[in-house]
Amino acid sequence: MKQGSSVALKVMAGAGFVFLYAPIIALIVYSFNESKLVTVWGGWSLKWYVELFRNEQIMSAAWVSLKIAFISATMASILGTLAGFVLSRMRKFAGKAMLTGWVTAPLVMPEVITGLSLLLLFVSLESMFGWPAGRGVTTIVIAHTTFCLAYVAVVVQSRLASLDETLEEAAMDLGAKPTSLFFLITLPLIAPAIISGWLLSFTLSLDDLVIASFVSGPGNSTLPMVIFSKVRLGVTPEVNALATLMIVTVSIAVIAAIVIMHRQNRFKDANK
Amino acid sequence: MLSKLRLGRTAVILVPMLWLAAFFFIPFLVVFKISLAEAMIAVPPYSPLLQWDSSNAYLTFKVTFGNYLYLFESRFYLDAYLSSLKIAAISTFFALLIGFPIAYLIARSRPTMRTILLALVILPFWTSFLLRVYAWMALLKKNGLVNDFLLATGIIDQPIQILQTDFAVYLGIVYTYLPFMILPLYTTLEKMDLNLLDAAQDLGAKPYQSFFLVTLPLVKPGIIAGCLLVFIPAVGEYVIPALLGGSDTLMIGRVLWDEFFLNRDWPLASAVAVVMLIVLVGPIMFMRNSNKEAE
Repeated sequence: MKQGSSVALKVMAGAGFVFLYAPIIALIVYSFNESKLVTVWGGWSLKWYVELFRNEQIMSAAWVSLKIAFISATMASILGTLAGFVLSRMRKFAGKAMLTGWVTAPLVMPEVITGLSLLLLFVSLESMFGWPAGRGVTTIVIAHTTFCLAYVAVVVQSRLASLDETLEEAAMDLGAKPTSLFFLITLPLIAPAIISGWLLSFTLSLDDLVIASFVSGPGNSTLPMVIFSKVRLGVTPEVNALATLMIVTVSIAVIAAIVIMHRQNRFKDANK
Repeated sequence: MLSKLRLGRTAVILVPMLWLAAFFFIPFLVVFKISLAEAMIAVPPYSPLLQWDSSNAYLTFKVTFGNYLYLFESRFYLDAYLSSLKIAAISTFFALLIGFPIAYLIARSRPTMRTILLALVILPFWTSFLLRVYAWMALLKKNGLVNDFLLATGIIDQPIQILQTDFAVYLGIVYTYLPFMILPLYTTLEKMDLNLLDAAQDLGAKPYQSFFLVTLPLVKPGIIAGCLLVFIPAVGEYVIPALLGGSDTLMIGRVLWDEFFLNRDWPLASAVAVVMLIVLVGPIMFMRNSNKEAE
């Protein structure tokens, strides 16, 4: 019972994993299906991948989305690192409880509320100050930065909480100024957390349909918006091909990251 | 020197604070404001609360609670809220039921196996949410794999309607939110002191007794965190009912979306959002407090 687990538990957990992976695997297999009827098997083919890269609407939306994801993830990483740092390293200040709430609430806030509220803000700002003029990439970037910031802040905060503060104290005792302390000691220590926060923000931004639908303007459809409008009408083979490419890319990146981290941990343990 | 330090400190605090105030907090106030306006055919499509009438030099301030009255008077919106809460609660329960054995197995496996299994749970979380919901559309169709399988095994003799039913929505929510349930459960299970189980066994507790009397109370914080992480966003879910649900699947996120995009009634959509927020404030505060306790 202590180390091993009972057969019943393994069966239940195994069924859970099948549940998690069966749809993804089916999607990948059917992306290589020759037949236009998505559920009838017509033999292996790369036809839909060719179609996908010929589809200008999907390709241009993908470019818009990648651009937005890159800028949003970068801004969210900077602001989120600041927020995480403030929350875990700064002693009490007016509004700390409020900031904690503002950082955790976006994580669970239903997207329709976030999307609607930001759109109404942008519309009100535009009618009052003339900015932002219309809606498009800028407004989507602001919206994505805001909700991704929360994820970065949480990751950075938990990393800071698990760090030994003695290094920072030693640097301070040796006369390091706050800025050099941050850039020379703290930042390198939390860099892995910031990188994973950036990657997470990038994928979240690339994936967001609801918020982008609210705050985007005409002619600025992101990739999820194009996928959604195609998929609403039923299953589309090109989307299967696109999904496969996205899932495989992300999986390789995540597995590589986990293997690297696992090796590093073993290396650390061996050096102890 | 000291004042310069203090200035820097204030700046570091203010930058994220001002950003979140401007783009997270103030938008809610704007939603509340517009929920008190009337829908109009105009740009933007709602009546202003404050209006300056220059010919008479009047400043009129007009507020209407009509949108809220409408929400409470019409059966439709009330039903939509209740049905969202029901769907979210049932899905959360099933996510817990499926997630617990997985989290338990991961927490009790050897380190290398644990890394692999944990990666298998985290991986779907990184892949597109929209595409994972979409994957179920192909499976659940009338001539999809699930129906094929059920026909081949003789469980049914005619294809059944699974896609565009409430069942498909439950399935979609459990499926997409499962990692959010497993991860907090795993974290608490991993921290648990296994000697306690040995002690319980030595004292004569049967396995199920030590599970209910020792394990369950110890992982309660993980259960609460997991359930809230699934329940709160599920209440306002739009994509899953839109893609997997039928036209009669009533969820408030979808109602808000339609009110906004199809009927272009921005004030009513805002009122729907405000009421949803009020319903969810309880669970959100509860989550924040249990987070604090966990620290």
